[in-house]
Amino acid sequence: MTTVSETASSPRSATAGDAAPMVTIRGVSKSFGTNEVLRDIDLTVNKSEVVCLIGPSGSGKSTLLRCVNFLEVYDRGEIRIEGKLVGYTEETPRRRLSNRDLRDLRRNVGMVFQQFNLWPHMTALENVAEALVQVRGMDKAAAAAHARRMLDRVGLSAKTDSYPARLSGGQQQRVAIARVIAMEPHLMLFDEPTSALDPELVGEVLQVMRDLAADGMTMVVVTHEMGFAANVADKVAFLDHGRIAAFGTPREVFHESTEPRVQQFLQTYHERNSF
Amino acid sequence: MLDFTLLVQYGPALLRGFGVTILCWGAGCLIGMVLGFVLMLLRQIPVKPLRWVIRAYIEVIRGTPFLIQLFLLYSGGPSIGLRLEATAAGILGLGIYGSAYFAEIFRAGYQAVPKGQVEAALSLGMSYGSILRRVIVPAMLVSTIPAIVNMMAILTKETVVLSIITVPELMYEMQTMAAETFATFETIVGMALFYWLLVEVVSRLGRRLEARVTRFLTHASPQGSSTQTATARA
Repeated sequence: MTTVSETASSPRSATAGDAAPMVTIRGVSKSFGTNEVLRDIDLTVNKSEVVCLIGPSGSGKSTLLRCVNFLEVYDRGEIRIEGKLVGYTEETPRRRLSNRDLRDLRRNVGMVFQQFNLWPHMTALENVAEALVQVRGMDKAAAAAHARRMLDRVGLSAKTDSYPARLSGGQQQRVAIARVIAMEPHLMLFDEPTSALDPELVGEVLQVMRDLAADGMTMVVVTHEMGFAANVADKVAFLDHGRIAAFGTPREVFHESTEPRVQQFLQTYHERNSF
Repeated sequence: MLDFTLLVQYGPALLRGFGVTILCWGAGCLIGMVLGFVLMLLRQIPVKPLRWVIRAYIEVIRGTPFLIQLFLLYSGGPSIGLRLEATAAGILGLGIYGSAYFAEIFRAGYQAVPKGQVEAALSLGMSYGSILRRVIVPAMLVSTIPAIVNMMAILTKETVVLSIITVPELMYEMQTMAAETFATFETIVGMALFYWLLVEVVSRLGRRLEARVTRFLTHASPQGSSTQTATARA
């Protein structure tokens, strides 16, 4: 069991032979009524890669992320996780998966939300143990022991019996991460995990995410934290109006991209963050 | 001349009546809640005719006097083969009457469950049954307990209507006493006392229950300005 280390903040060297695709997104489009929020998106996330989705609000980042575990239904194209088609059957095109098949798919895909979404009537430990019992069928004692280890891993072993209302935002988000990693997902999706946090609490959550990345977790992260994207991501995708306007290593996107929308976005970002 | 010793003299009968009142009320509430919860769940199924039927049921029950519903059930029931003894009819009637109101209370509670809490459960691979039991119902309890307790208090008073179809509950026994002794005033005072006692007990228990199901919300986070629970509480 790995523990939270203080040093794992450097980007990982991409290990050779790790290039099996975890997620492949091909020609995915989606509309809300007449508003086309995703237009013909192509994106591949390899095993153990960290891919950050950045871009202005309303560009479709969160919607794309939510399509990956089918919390949002996509209209055209296909998304595959470890080769399995997300949300639809292989046999009949556009026929929805049964609830059971969808659950089997989702249990390997963890999601961390902007608003944490902890269950307020359960303690930190109960929040983490719940799906272990309900989904993985563990007995209560084993689930509690496993949950305890996960909370320890995110540095919250002292808060096991606290209800979410008694935890700070950063602590709540770390419980939410523990709840996900307890399920040993193959892939983790982060939907603006630090956007609802007070500035001084952002660091502790990013640190946990860095540790996960260093452990080889495959992660897709929607974020406004450009520092995290630059330092931790293997690939960065810049979305604008539902399209991927730039894609590449952080260096390629942040420093070498000639795409005017990227430059304008980064300039706005820098202006806002300098005073 | 006021003579409250009558209440003592008729004590056993009144207490028996009080017992029947509590039985009818308790069983009626239980049936009403179970039926109301099932109606609420059925209403979530996106089949239009089903939704219309349930809505019509709720509108009719809420739009007609309980007395008429009770007469229909007790006197009209036999014509469709539903022959019930007075107390059974009274309990069922209360249950049906309550179910329409409970269904509406539960519907509001269901809609108030934060969507994110359900999405978190879905993303972990939990089934709808698990989510309902472990996430939705506890969240619903928090927001609906005051309304549930209120409805239960209202139903305590609706039990008096059962005397009309000869259910031997408190009202019925009181009327017997009044008819036999002509002590109208004492009867009214006695009745007010009993029903007030019942309602008071119900609302006290309700407040306790409310404190219990919301205990995890009572300690606001020291730094929790941006927490979901802080907003839920506001």
